[in-house]
Formats: sequence, C-alpha cells, structure tokens
Amino acid sequence: MNRLEILRATAAELGAAIAARTVTSVEVTRAFLDQIEAVDGRVHAFLHVDAAGALAQAAAIDERLDGGEKLGPLAGVPLALKDIFCQEGIPTTAGSKTLEGWRPPYDATVTRRLQEAGIVILGKTNMDEFAMGSSTENSAYGPTHNPWDLDRIPGGSGGGSAASLAAFEAPLAMGTDTGGSIRQPGAVTGTVGVKPTYGGTSRYGVIAMASSLDQPGPCARTVLDAALLHEVIAGHDPADSTSIDAPVPPVVEAARSGDVTGLRIGIVTELGGEGYAPGVEQRFREALDLLREAGAEIVEVSCPHFRYALGAYYLIMPSEVSSNLARYDAMRYGLRVGDDGARSTEEVMSLSRAAGFGDEVKRRIMLGTYALSSGYYDAYYGSAQRVRTLIDQDFDAAFQDVDVLVSPATPTTAFKLGERVADPLAMYKSDLCTIPSNMAGNAAGSFPCGLAPEDGLPVGFQVMAPPLADDRVYRVGAALERKLAERWGTGTLTDQLADGEAGAYLNLKEA
Amino acid sequence: MDEVLDYDDVMADYDAVLGLEVHVELNTASKMWCGCTTAFGGEPNTHTCPVCLGLPGSLPVVNGKAVESAIRIGLALNCEIAEWCRFARKNYFYPDMPKDYQISQYDEPLCFDGHVDVEVDGQTYRIDIERVHMEEDAGKLTHVGGATGRIQGADHSLLDYNRAGVPLMEIVTKPVRGLGDKAPEVGRAYMALLRDLMRALDVSEARMERGNMRCDANVSLMPKGAAELGTRTETKNVNSLRSVENALRYEIRRQGAVLASGGRVKQETRMWQEDGGVTTAGRSKEQAEDYRYFPEPDLVPVAPSREWVEELRASLPEPPAQRRERLAGEWGFSELEMRDADAAGAIDLIEATVAAGTTPQAARKWWLGELARRANESGLELDEVAMAPAQVAELQRLLDAKTINDGLARKVIEGVLAGEGSPAEVVDARGLAIVSDDGALAEAVDRALAANADAAAKVRDGKVQAVGALIGAVMREMKGKADAAAVRELIMTKLG
Repeated sequence: MNRLEILRATAAELGAAIAARTVTSVEVTRAFLDQIEAVDGRVHAFLHVDAAGALAQAAAIDERLDGGEKLGPLAGVPLALKDIFCQEGIPTTAGSKTLEGWRPPYDATVTRRLQEAGIVILGKTNMDEFAMGSSTENSAYGPTHNPWDLDRIPGGSGGGSAASLAAFEAPLAMGTDTGGSIRQPGAVTGTVGVKPTYGGTSRYGVIAMASSLDQPGPCARTVLDAALLHEVIAGHDPADSTSIDAPVPPVVEAARSGDVTGLRIGIVTELGGEGYAPGVEQRFREALDLLREAGAEIVEVSCPHFRYALGAYYLIMPSEVSSNLARYDAMRYGLRVGDDGARSTEEVMSLSRAAGFGDEVKRRIMLGTYALSSGYYDAYYGSAQRVRTLIDQDFDAAFQDVDVLVSPATPTTAFKLGERVADPLAMYKSDLCTIPSNMAGNAAGSFPCGLAPEDGLPVGFQVMAPPLADDRVYRVGAALERKLAERWGTGTLTDQLADGEAGAYLNLKEA
Repeated sequence: MDEVLDYDDVMADYDAVLGLEVHVELNTASKMWCGCTTAFGGEPNTHTCPVCLGLPGSLPVVNGKAVESAIRIGLALNCEIAEWCRFARKNYFYPDMPKDYQISQYDEPLCFDGHVDVEVDGQTYRIDIERVHMEEDAGKLTHVGGATGRIQGADHSLLDYNRAGVPLMEIVTKPVRGLGDKAPEVGRAYMALLRDLMRALDVSEARMERGNMRCDANVSLMPKGAAELGTRTETKNVNSLRSVENALRYEIRRQGAVLASGGRVKQETRMWQEDGGVTTAGRSKEQAEDYRYFPEPDLVPVAPSREWVEELRASLPEPPAQRRERLAGEWGFSELEMRDADAAGAIDLIEATVAAGTTPQAARKWWLGELARRANESGLELDEVAMAPAQVAELQRLLDAKTINDGLARKVIEGVLAGEGSPAEVVDARGLAIVSDDGALAEAVDRALAANADAAAKVRDGKVQAVGALIGAVMREMKGKADAAAVRELIMTKLG
C-alpha cells in the first residue's frame, strides 16, 4: 500500500491488510506519523505525539504477526487518544495548564484494552480544558482547527480526536462524551462518533469532568470502524463501580448488517425548528427519506421535558465538576504557584488554582459550588435531578413506541473560531441535542449525513437507543452510511473532503 | 485558663446532656476503595495507589468486607439496616484528603435508630444510637519545625497517605439525657462497651491510644427541669477511656462556670489536653461549615439483601455484657474481680487459659498479677505480652506438680517472655526445677540450722515465726529450687 492508500483506508481495511501482511504496522504507523508531521501545524489536533512509542508498539505487533500469532481485527492499526485518558508515562493534561507535565503512573482501562488489542497509540489529542467546551477553544494549549475550514471550530471537547480523523492523521480516535463531546465534534467534522450506554465502557483512568455523565466512546470515519473500536473498549470493568456487568451489545454485527427493515424510528419533535440551521434540517430530512427507503418506519415522538435538559445539565454537571476538580490543589501533583515559604497552604492552593484553571473551568466550578450550597441544594441540584428523572421517563415512554429516536446532532454546522467565545450560553446550545442521552445514560451516536447547502459544512445525524441497545445506533448509522454512499457515488463524507480542495492543504494529493 | 466550678455545684442546678460521635477504624485487610493494605506503619506513602492518592482518573470501589462489618456493628447496636443507601461526598479542602472531598454518608446512613444499654454503679442507662455510617480515613500530616508540632509556626508539613482510605465507621448517638450526675461515667462506660463490642465482633482493634477508636464528645448543660437543650461544645483529642470521663467532667465544670457568671456557652470545638487535664478552645462552630454534600456519583448504592442481613444477625457473637455475666457465674468471680479482669483486658485471656485446663482463680492470678505487671513495665497491652494462655496453663501445671514453686514460676515467665521457649523448655534450659533429692535438701537444712543457731533455738522455744529466717537460708542454699512447704516441714521435724 502506498502512502495515500494507507491514509485513505478504513481501520477495518488496514487491520485486514496488516493481518494479511500486505503491509506492516510499522509502515502504517509511519505513514500516519508523517501525515501528523505534515499537517498538524495547521490543524493542531495533537498535544503530544509519541512517535517512538508508537513505532515500538507497531514493531512489536509486526513481530507477533510474523510469528504467526492471530490478533484482533484492529491489531497494528493506529489511533489518536484524547488527552483525557491516562497512559502510563505519557504526558496527560486534559487540556489544562494545571496538569502540564504530569505523567500518569498508570493506564486507564480503555488505554490498556486498546494496547491489549494491538492498537497503536500515536499520541494525545487536543480538547477543551477538562472536556468543558464545544470548540476546543478552552484548551490551555490553543484551539484545534476544523479540517473542512481551518477558520472554524472542530467541535468540542473532543475536537482534537475528530479533527485528527478528518485530517487523515489517524484512522481511529478515542473520545469521551459528557454532554456531546464525541458526537458534536463528529457532526461538525463529518466523522462518526458514538457515546455508548453509560456504564458500557470504563471510566477508570479517564480524568473526570462529571462522573454521572462522562462516557468514553469510539470515533472513526466509518460506522464499522467505530463498531470495531467499540467492541475493543467495551465490557465490564471491576475498577469502575458504575460499569455494567452485561455482555457487550452486538455492535459489529449491527454495523455489518445495516438492516433497518421494519425498524421504528422516532423523530424527536422538540429537537428541531427554531434555532436550527436550514441546511441542517434539510440534510436531516433527506437522511430520514433514505432510511424510509431502506425499510424503516418513521414517526414523530414528543419528549416534552427535553426542553429543560440543557438547564438541568448545567446544574448537575457543574456540581460534579466543582467536586471532581477539587483535587487539583497543587499539593501532590500539577501546577504549584506561590510556594515561597511564607504563604500558607490555603494561599498556595488558591493561587495555583487561579493560575491553573481557565475561565470556563472556573465558571463551572463556581456554578457547581453555588448549586450545592446549603440552602440552594434543593432548588438547584435537587430540582435538576428531578428533571433528569423526567427526561429518563420521556425516553422510556418513547422507547415503548419506537426502536430508536433521531434528531440532528447539532443545531448548526461548525461555527467560526472565536464566534462564541464571549457568549457561553450560545456555546452551551451547541449541545442541545446531545445532552438528553447523557442525562438518561442511553446510547447515542452521530453520523455524517451530508453538507449543509448554505456553507458546505458537515451535518450530523443523531441516533439514540435504549440503554444496552447500542447495536441499534450502529444499525441505523450503517444503513444511512450505505444509502448516502450510493447516492454520492463516493465513500464517506471525509472522502469528499480529501478529494476536494482541502486535499491540498491536508497533504492528501499525490506529490 | 478557663474558670471552672465544683462539679457538684454545677450538678445542683443543671443536667448534662451528652452526644458522642465515635470513629472506629475497621480491621479489614484492604482499604475502603482499593486493594492497598491497611497495615499500621510502613514507610510513608508506600501503602498507596492511584485510587487512595486520588490521582486524576482513579475511581473507588466499595470494600464488601467493610460493608459487612458496618452491618454487623449496626445489628449489634440494635439498629435498622437500610435496604438501600448511598455514599455522599463531603467537600472541603485539606491536604490530608487526596481528593479534597471525603467519601462518607450523609442523609442515607447504612444503619440507624439503634440503642444500647450501659451500666454504671448498678444502674442501667439507655443510649439511643442515631446512626452508623461508613466513610474513609484521611492521611496523616506531620508539621516540621516550629515548637509545638502544630501547623502554626511550622516550616513545612509532611504528608503520609498510608492511612488515607482506611475504612472508618462513625457511630453517632442521639442526645443522651437523664444521666443525673453520672454523665462522665456513662460516657466512659459507653466507650468501654463500644470497645468490647468491636473486639467481640472482631471488626476493629478498637485501641483508643492508637486512634483505632476516636471519640468526639459533645456535652451541653440545661437548667434542671428545662425542656430545651443548651449550647454544646465538641471535645476532640480524647484518646483513652479515662480521658472521656475526665474531659466530660471538665467541660461540665467549665460550662457551669460560664453560665454561673451570666455568660453564654460558645458553640465550638475544644481540644482535650491530657497533660493539663483541661480543654482549650479550637475551631468556632457558630457558623456551620458548608460541606456541599451530594450523592457520590462514582459509586452505586449499597442495597444489602434482607437474607444477608438476617444471616449476619444470626451469626452475631454473644453481647459482651451478657458474656461477662455468664463467665462471672461460671468462674465464681466476685463483681470486683470481674471488673478488674475487664479493666485489665484479661477476660479473653482468662477464658482461654481456663479452656487450657487452669482453674479460673489461678488464671486470674497470673494475668492480673505477674503478667499485668510485666505488660505495664513494657508499655504493652496484656494481650500483647509474649506469653500465650496455653503457656500460662502449662506454667500452672508445673506449679501444681511441684516441679517449680512461685518464685521459680516468675523466672520461668521471664524466660518465656525472653523467647526461650515453652515453660517446660525454660525450666529445663535454666535448670529451674525444684530439687527433689531428699538427701540434698536434708544436708541444706542441717547446714542452715548450724549456721543460724539463734533462730533454731527460738523455734525450739516455741517462737515459730522465727522459722522464716531458716526457710530463707535453706532456699538461698538451694538457689530457690526447693518447695518452701517441704523445707518448713523438714525444719520443724528436725527441731522437734
């Protein structure tokens, strides 16, 4: 395989080629490292590239395969790891100044499972600080640029992972989704991102933002690649008490099948209309037509409490944030400021936190501290939890009637860098469609469904399924992917990106 | 120095109301949320892992054995056991808490609404238990530099997280009223009961001096006949049973003086100063601290099945008070003897020694006599001295067989404690057996009579008490290895 064939191949294809020894993992890994070298100066998807470690890991996989060992379908395939996953000895910052230079002494369960599957970790990707944001502009290390338009945001918090896929710097990436941090970046970069059922993947070793909402999940350019990665990382982990002890849903089988005959799909009435870009709604409707053509039945479903989801989310999430981020107190690790021998512990803690955290992090810590305060707890945290229950009930009622729910993944396409920095509320609204599934803990994914006619930017189609029915998300995603490929006559949406003008600045043309 | 009134004067006008919050460190092998050992000591920060250091990304997992111990404590205190309860985060910044929050329980304790009866001077007092909940211990701060060892004036502080995450139970009473002038004694008796209970349940070493069991003693005064509770103080740093009683008595006298002078008792934390026998003002608690409790999202609820709870209830050991009463009857001990044995922590030891074949009185004699003295000298608890109940029983058998006498027995104990082996081995190795060769003894008697003619004459004249000197001389001659009664008999025979 030549350089472009490697970069443009799917992870499944790469895995098969490596297993067949038509290409080595080292060759594949080197191709992606070269691509990072070539384009990441413009995209800034990575905070840390571990070239030596990746090549060593690739060489080890090659050796095992050469020795006749049978490994999994993704063995030897490279991956971009969001900088929120602990990887032993590798700098892990969660996008924050406070963790600059910190090297975890242990691996996250997800990191370990990736390595056990023979997946080669290229490096750590950029993100909004502690996963708080929808644009990566809250990263302490500068924003990531959307490969579709370098002046636009790649989504967030997992903008680095999504951009690395769209820029063909990696065939696979890992994200975490607390309010949409996998799905929204997926939507605005034309890539696939799935938030598994809460408890379906382990949070152990994932730097916490909001414990009851955070969930690691796969990012890829195709539905099958995401499913293959999902299968690697999912499954019970005794180190995470909230991990579900149940078989992993048959996601790969569903992604291969893509059969939606007779499937009942519910459009969520509340997730559309005012505030939604016309091009987003248009591509969403077209996608529904394609699914209907594929044999699905489409109905409208109302989830009346979804309109309160964003408000409740911005009480529960900051409450947990205010507690989860307390440990960054400069006493044991991380940034330490003002320790001049004269200042008290409290002063050093305070100065360090003031210097180490960005504005958005501070804003949420303050919100959460307030919401949990005695006298306000019932009104804020307490009522938000009641709303959460109501959202759960909306989902339950809807899933009595339909097999999956669908909506646009985001109200708009990628906005310009800087456009919403001064307006937190506008920024928060990027996650309007994705938050309900975090609140209820069910499975949801975003799949590319075309480019909005008005700006030529990717639109995401969201599929939501009941807890532990993650396979339905993939089934619908795969059906859509196939129908769109037929219609477009190309492969994926990112293939259109590579074949278009962007191919030049993304180093995807023949030399 | 605070003013204090005479205790009886305070009691003439006021009733004292107690509230005791007791922390008990469980003796589980591993910590509350991770697999690290709970072993005491160890190089600082060696009994740690990402979880108990609160490293980014780490998550807690509940120690099932700790939950079991908590339920057993709750059942032994006649509590209800929650069918479903959650952990909660108690948020506050302090360097000994690696996460800057403590995982505890808030409004959903595992055990609640219990009670237990304590006895003081023949009178029974009921203590109502509000709750028993689970939480984690903090690390240990050592302040270096500065004169006091306290944080004020220290150059820097060292942190040891070996203790961080050790399972801790908090047992909280409801306000205890109707104690008359016995509040300090009841407080002490309650702590003694908890200690015995923890040991009987085998859930904690319950050593106050080591911090396995810690007591925050709340006390307030209310005018006699009043219905409303007075303002309370919470005294910390109370590290022994005796201190519980003394601290409570002191606080009652101090609060009495404040009220008598027309003052108002300040709601505050006070520190018991063992050396001075006083409490000193600590943190003011007038402004309740806001810990921003909320349900711990990293843990799932604890929902012990009723079957399990009943299984645990059925396997509870005999309550300590009931057991003491039974043993006193079986052993024929007086109330005083039993109380002494209890106070010395000797009941289990006596029981085991009796089981090994010794009479209760003989067992009592060794444990409360020579062994208690030795333990005291070495600063050890009685059950820490290096002599097992079976060895005490063996010692007594040697004594009964007249292989050794009382004096030799003390030397045998010395040998056993020095690690020289079993009592029989020590007797052999040290050559401590009584000389049973009549010829040798008769010669020694003859020599003693010859050398102490005066004393011999007195005995002959009927002054029998003078025989002591003769026996002493023989024993010296025999290097103690003779049976004093046999020596006496021989002397009397020889002197007609």
